[in-house]
Amino acid sequence: MKARQATKIIKEIKVDINKCTGCRACEMACSAFHSKPKYSSINPARSRIRVVVDELNDEYVPIRAGDYTVAECTGRHTYAIDGKDYSECSFCGAVCPSRDFFFEPDSGLPLKCDMCETVPALDQPWCVKVCTADSLTYVEREVPRDEKPQPTRDQLEIGLEFLINEYGMEAILENLNRKSKR
Amino acid sequence: MRYAETGFDLEIDLTRGSIERVASPLDMTEMYLGGQGAAAKILWDRVSPGTDPFSPDNLLIFSAGILHATPVPGVNRTAVNTISPQTNLMAHSLFGGFFGPELKHAGYDKIIIKGKAPDLVYLYIHNDKVEIRDATHLRGVGSTETGDRLKKELKDPRVQVAAIGLAGENRVYMASIEHNHASAARGVGVIMGDKRLKAIAVRGTKDINIAHPAELFQMSQELHHKIDSSGCGDWMAYDEDDSFHHNHFAWGNARTRLKNYWSKELQDRWTSWKYDHMDRQTGCYNCPKECRNVIKWPGKPRFAYKCYGKDTYHMAAFLELDFSYEILGVAQEYGLDSYSTPQVIAFALELLEAGILTDKDFPGMPEDSRGRFFYIMEKIVRREGIGDILADSVSHAAIRIGNGAEAYDHNTTKKFEQLPIKLGKVNPAYFLMIATGEKMSITQIEGSFPQDPLPTPEQRQAFVDKWEAAPDEKFKQYFLNWEKRADITNQVASEITEWNEAMHYVDDATGLCGFVSSFRGQFGGDVAYHMNNIPDCIRLATGIPFDKDKLWKTAQRIRTLVRAINVRRGLRRKDERPPEDHWAVRDEEAEQKLLSDYYDYKGWNHDAIPTRQTLEKLDLGYVADDLEERGILMVEDGVSAKTA
Ligand code: SF4
Ligand code: SF4
Repeated sequence: MKARQATKIIKEIKVDINKCTGCRACEMACSAFHSKPKYSSINPARSRIRVVVDELNDEYVPIRAGDYTVAECTGRHTYAIDGKDYSECSFCGAVCPSRDFFFEPDSGLPLKCDMCETVPALDQPWCVKVCTADSLTYVEREVPRDEKPQPTRDQLEIGLEFLINEYGMEAILENLNRKSKR
Repeated sequence: MRYAETGFDLEIDLTRGSIERVASPLDMTEMYLGGQGAAAKILWDRVSPGTDPFSPDNLLIFSAGILHATPVPGVNRTAVNTISPQTNLMAHSLFGGFFGPELKHAGYDKIIIKGKAPDLVYLYIHNDKVEIRDATHLRGVGSTETGDRLKKELKDPRVQVAAIGLAGENRVYMASIEHNHASAARGVGVIMGDKRLKAIAVRGTKDINIAHPAELFQMSQELHHKIDSSGCGDWMAYDEDDSFHHNHFAWGNARTRLKNYWSKELQDRWTSWKYDHMDRQTGCYNCPKECRNVIKWPGKPRFAYKCYGKDTYHMAAFLELDFSYEILGVAQEYGLDSYSTPQVIAFALELLEAGILTDKDFPGMPEDSRGRFFYIMEKIVRREGIGDILADSVSHAAIRIGNGAEAYDHNTTKKFEQLPIKLGKVNPAYFLMIATGEKMSITQIEGSFPQDPLPTPEQRQAFVDKWEAAPDEKFKQYFLNWEKRADITNQVASEITEWNEAMHYVDDATGLCGFVSSFRGQFGGDVAYHMNNIPDCIRLATGIPFDKDKLWKTAQRIRTLVRAINVRRGLRRKDERPPEDHWAVRDEEAEQKLLSDYYDYKGWNHDAIPTRQTLEKLDLGYVADDLEERGILMVEDGVSAKTA
C-alpha cells in the first residue's frame, strides 16, 4: 500500500473587486490587530491590506502586502476588465519602491500580511471578518506537500568546497567538531 | 497622553500665508467634544457678531468628530462651519467619506482658516508638512476631478481631498464642498470660494491612541455587526419604491402635489435606469452600510447620491429620474447643493411664468424643462446675467428682483430653502423643529421620535418593548398614548424636539452618521447609536468619564451656544416661522402659544434668547456676561432688552 501523501494547508483570501464598497474597515481592523499591545491604536498606514480607490473610474481594489523587493519591476501589464483599465500595480502586493504602501510609517520597514497568525488562532483573518460586503472571503485549501529531492553526493561536495574556500578548512572543521559533540 | 484626539489644530491665515500648529485645551473637549461643538466655541470666541460673512475675519472651520479614527463604526461626518452669507447665521454643514479620519491621522483635529488668498490656492497637509500651494491651474475644474488631479500631481492615491467647483469659486450661495462623492451642503462652499481656497488635500500616517482599546474594539465589532444586520443605514439605497417622496412632497417651486404619481410601471422603468447605470454602492469610512449609489450616465460625469438627493432635480423640473441622473453628475462637478439649487431654478421659472421676470432675462433659453434647468444652472454657476441674482439663493434673489417676487419666496425659513413638504394639519413637534432649529434643514433636526403614531395599542407596545434608544421612560409613555399625529401637548412636543435635536448635536460633535444614529430612529426605532450607548463609546475612546446625563447636558450646552451665536447676530422670535404654506390649516394664536411654551421649557425668554439662569446651568456664564454687556439680555431678570 502506498504511504499517505503529506499535505499542507494553504490559506487564501479571495477578493471580489465588484463587491468592494471602499469602506476601509479592513485597513482599520488590520492596523488595530497588529498594533502593540493588540488593538491599542488605529492607523490604516500600518495596515497590511490597502484599498486602492479611484472613484472617477470606479476602481476599488483591496491588496495585501506581499514580499519586499528592492527594485521595482521593469514593465507593467495593463489589464482591461469590464471595460476598465487596471495597471498591474493595482493587483500587486509587492512592497516595492514605486509607491509608499506597506511601509511602517515610523521606521520605514516593510510590512507583510501574516494572515493574522496568532495563538489561539482566529477563525478568520481580521480583514475578512469585518468585510461585511463579502469582497474578501477566506478559504483554506489542503494541497499535497512537495517531496524535497535528496541532494546528490556531487551537490554535497560542491557545497563543502565552497564553504572551505569561503571560510577556510580550520573554521569549518572546528564548527563541525562542535556540532558533532552536541 | 491625549486619547481619541490629536490635541492639535491647524491655524491657517490665507491673507498672510501663515500656518501654525496649535495645541487645544483638554477641557474644551470635555465641554464641547469635537466637530460642530468645538467649532461653535471657536466661532463664539473669535468671530465678533459684527463680522460680515465675506470679511477675511470670518472663519471657515473643518473639524473631525471626537470619535473619528477610532474603531467605532459609522463615524465619518466631518463638520464644516462658518458664518453663512445666506442666513447671516452660523452655517451647519457635514460631509461623509474619509476626510476627518485622515486629518486626525495627519495629526490635527481641526483646520481653522481665516483671511483670503490673493488668488486660488490649495492646502496640502501631509503629517507635519503643511503648505499653501498655488491652485490657479485648477480654476474651473470640477470638484471630483480636482481631487483626482491632486492625487496624481502629489503622486499619492491615498490623499483625501475636499474641493469646491465653479459654483464655490464664483461665490454662489448654494455652493457645496465635495469629497469622494459626498457633499458638504447648506452654504459653506461660498465661503471656501471667497477665501480663494480651491481644495484641501490631506494625508496622514500617524497613530490615534485609544484610552481603553481592547474594550472599545470589542464594542465596535458588536456595533459593526449590529449596523450590518439591522435595517439602519439608508434603506432608500436599496428600496426601489419611492412613492413616499413623489406622492407626498411638492413638485416645481415647492407647490404642486401629485398624490397618485407613483405606479408599478414607473417603478419598473426607474429601476432599470438605476441598475443599468449603477456601477456599485459604496460606503463611508469604517461603515458596513453602502448608502451611496454610484451612477454613470452616458456622456455625463460619474456621481453618487444618497436618499432623497436623487429626486430633487426631476421633481423641481416635473420630469423623471433619468433627468436627475443626467444633471446630478454635472451639478456635483460644479459643486452645487442638490437640495437648494433645484428650488432656486424652479423659483426663477415661476417668476418667468408670472411675468415678474421676462424672456429678456433668459436670452437664448431652450423651451423644454430639461434644457431650461441646464441653462439656468450654467447661468448661476457663472453668475452670468440673471444667474448673478439667482446665485444669491431664493430669499436674497426675491429681494433683489422685487416687483412682487417676494411672494414667490414661500418655502424658506431664516432665508434658507426648506424641504418642499406641504401638509394638512400642524404636527406640533415639527412646527417647533422647523421654527426653532438652527441646522436649517429638518433632516438635520428630526429623527429620534417616530414621525407618525402606530395604529393599534398592541403595535405601539411591541414598538416600545424593543425601543433601546429612548433616553427616558417618559418617551415610551408618550408613544404608547399617541394616536393622532397632531394630538400632542405643547409640553410633549417640546420634549420630543429637545431629544431629536440633542441626538443631532451629539452626532455632529462625535462624527457619527445620522443614518445609523440621530436621523434613523424615527423609522422603526431600531438604531445602532443612542443616548444609552454613545457615552460608552466616548468614555472608552477618550478616557474622559461620560454617562447619559453628562452627554445630554453637553448636547444642550452646544445647542444653546449655537443659539447664542445666532442671537448675537440678530436671530429673534420673529424669525422662527415655518413657511406659511407648510400646513394648510393654521392657527396663529395656538402656534405662538406653542412657541412661548417651548421657550419656557428651554429656559429662553419670549424673544428666543436663553436666560442667564439657563446659560449658567450649562456652564455658559461667559455667554450670559457677553449678552448682557451687549444689552441683548437685561442684567436683573434675564429678559431681553431689545425686543423685536
Ligand atoms: S472591508 Fe471589504 S468592502 Fe470594505 S474596503 Fe475592505 S475589502 Fe472593500
Ligand atoms: S490577513 Fe490579517 S494581516 Fe493579512 S491583511 Fe488581513 S488583517 Fe492584515
